[in-house]
Amino acid sequence: MRPTEPPARRAAHAPWGRALVTVAVGVLGALGVLAVVGCSATSPTSSTGPDGSATTAAGGVTPGTGMASGTLTIPAAASLTEPFTAIRTSFEAANPGVTDVAFSFDSSSRLAEQIRQGAPADVFASADEASMATLVDAGLVAGTPQVFARNQLAIVVKAGNPRSVRGLADLASVGTVSLCGSEVPCGRYADQVLQRAGVSIPADEVTRGPNVKATLGAVADGDADAGIVYVTDVTGDRVEAVSIPADQNAVASYPIAVLAEARNPGAAQAFVAQVLGPDGQAALRAAGFLPPS
Amino acid sequence: MATATPVPRPVDHGAATRDRARRRPPVAVVGVAALGVLFFALPLVGLLQRASWSTLAADLTTPEARAALRLSLVCSLSAAALSVLVGLPLAWTLARVPFPGKPLVRALVLLPLVLPPVVGGVALLGAFARRGIVGGPLYDWTSDGGPLGWLPGGPIQLTFTTAGAVMAETFVALPFFVITVEAGLRTMDTRFEQVAATLGARRWTTFRRVTLPLVAPSVVAGAVLAWARALGEFGATITFAGNVQGRTQTLPLAVYLFLEGRQDAAIALSLVLLAVSLVVLAALRDRWLVRA
Repeated sequence: MRPTEPPARRAAHAPWGRALVTVAVGVLGALGVLAVVGCSATSPTSSTGPDGSATTAAGGVTPGTGMASGTLTIPAAASLTEPFTAIRTSFEAANPGVTDVAFSFDSSSRLAEQIRQGAPADVFASADEASMATLVDAGLVAGTPQVFARNQLAIVVKAGNPRSVRGLADLASVGTVSLCGSEVPCGRYADQVLQRAGVSIPADEVTRGPNVKATLGAVADGDADAGIVYVTDVTGDRVEAVSIPADQNAVASYPIAVLAEARNPGAAQAFVAQVLGPDGQAALRAAGFLPPS
Repeated sequence: MATATPVPRPVDHGAATRDRARRRPPVAVVGVAALGVLFFALPLVGLLQRASWSTLAADLTTPEARAALRLSLVCSLSAAALSVLVGLPLAWTLARVPFPGKPLVRALVLLPLVLPPVVGGVALLGAFARRGIVGGPLYDWTSDGGPLGWLPGGPIQLTFTTAGAVMAETFVALPFFVITVEAGLRTMDTRFEQVAATLGARRWTTFRRVTLPLVAPSVVAGAVLAWARALGEFGATITFAGNVQGRTQTLPLAVYLFLEGRQDAAIALSLVLLAVSLVVLAALRDRWLVRA
């Protein structure tokens, strides 16, 4: 009995070991393919980089004159994902010394909390003034935050509006409604808007997303029947917007500031200038944001 | 721990020293092990140190917190029960029935272990959401006018329901159970089963009276692991079942959402999660997990 045990024991774990190896090889293979595809997909972009800066040069900005250099870490509201990614491209073209601009997109309240806990960051761009104010109060902001854009809310429904949502009042009985968490800026704005319209959605019909992109995803990818997000988030062919009338809507002000503990204050200042400048404002307008005032 | 046992030994001091030297664990190994323990212990200390003890009771008795606690218990226990129900036949089949493509099936069962839970949630949406492969027909057939439309309760939808949360948790927890029990079945001495069969026991009787008692430690260990994994599940649940208070907002979801603005409540809930897991794992460890 005893002598047979060790081989049996070994045999017992071998199949799972093999299965694990199969899975690991599969995952690594897939990652490898993605990496190669990603590289070949991005290589044209990087090769057009010099062309891009050449065009900017024609437009009046000489390439290489940007004084900023080094790397930047920028926590920014999730709703800024698209315009900020576009702004990064023009910023890096104008400042070849800046080797890396790393964004961290999430809800402004979560990002502010992370900064208060000591997460390294150079610039903070918030979707509400309350989150920025917590940092100002904590002495973590250098200078005064500046509002660089405004935004409004919209009802988001699945493409084709299968539940015929026409306004806020319909949300009380449409089915599951996706809202941002009640501490997240977009959730707070949504709660304000619903309260102002006198609409109350039953608690067991509300699913709360941790940030605006997750809230949107519950409608776009999941089974939520409607949601409230920023106007600028309703993109893609899986969703469409039902507008909220101006007298019921809320206006979100987006402040930006260089942080007191920025490790690269020069480049941080340059990035804020880029956002407030014509290029940045054009990118924000293109994404549907309203001008700061 | 590693010090000599108080057994009377011959007076040969040289042999005793050699013996002790052989028993003394290598410093480097123990050092790294201690670092490993610190790596686990320090975050716990960090959590305890940030807890607001004076408001703990108030934080845990808010309706939201109570709903999350209740829901977490219900969902994780259901997921563990489902894992046993589905996992036992699955583990037995994998251990005992030869069939082509078994390595592939094993890899499939393992997949949720390596898949990011959020991706698991998206995959579940593809299968069981209202427009999913299975969820679509299920919803249409049970809608008014569908072949099963006469069923009470209206169309069946799994997303944003507690059943959906249980499904998401089972998806990530089941592999833990299957791996553990299959290993148990394969290390088991099959001659007991053979003897039972030669004595005229039917297959089911053999399984119930011989196999099951022999693999009981593995089954318990697997069920506990599955339950623990289900209790901490976040990504698949929020992606597939959403974050509906009282229906799918389990403890980890509540903690994640509360972390902004209501940190004290979030940490209080985390402590409960921690305490429950520690107590259960410690209690079961002595009795079951070691033997398994």
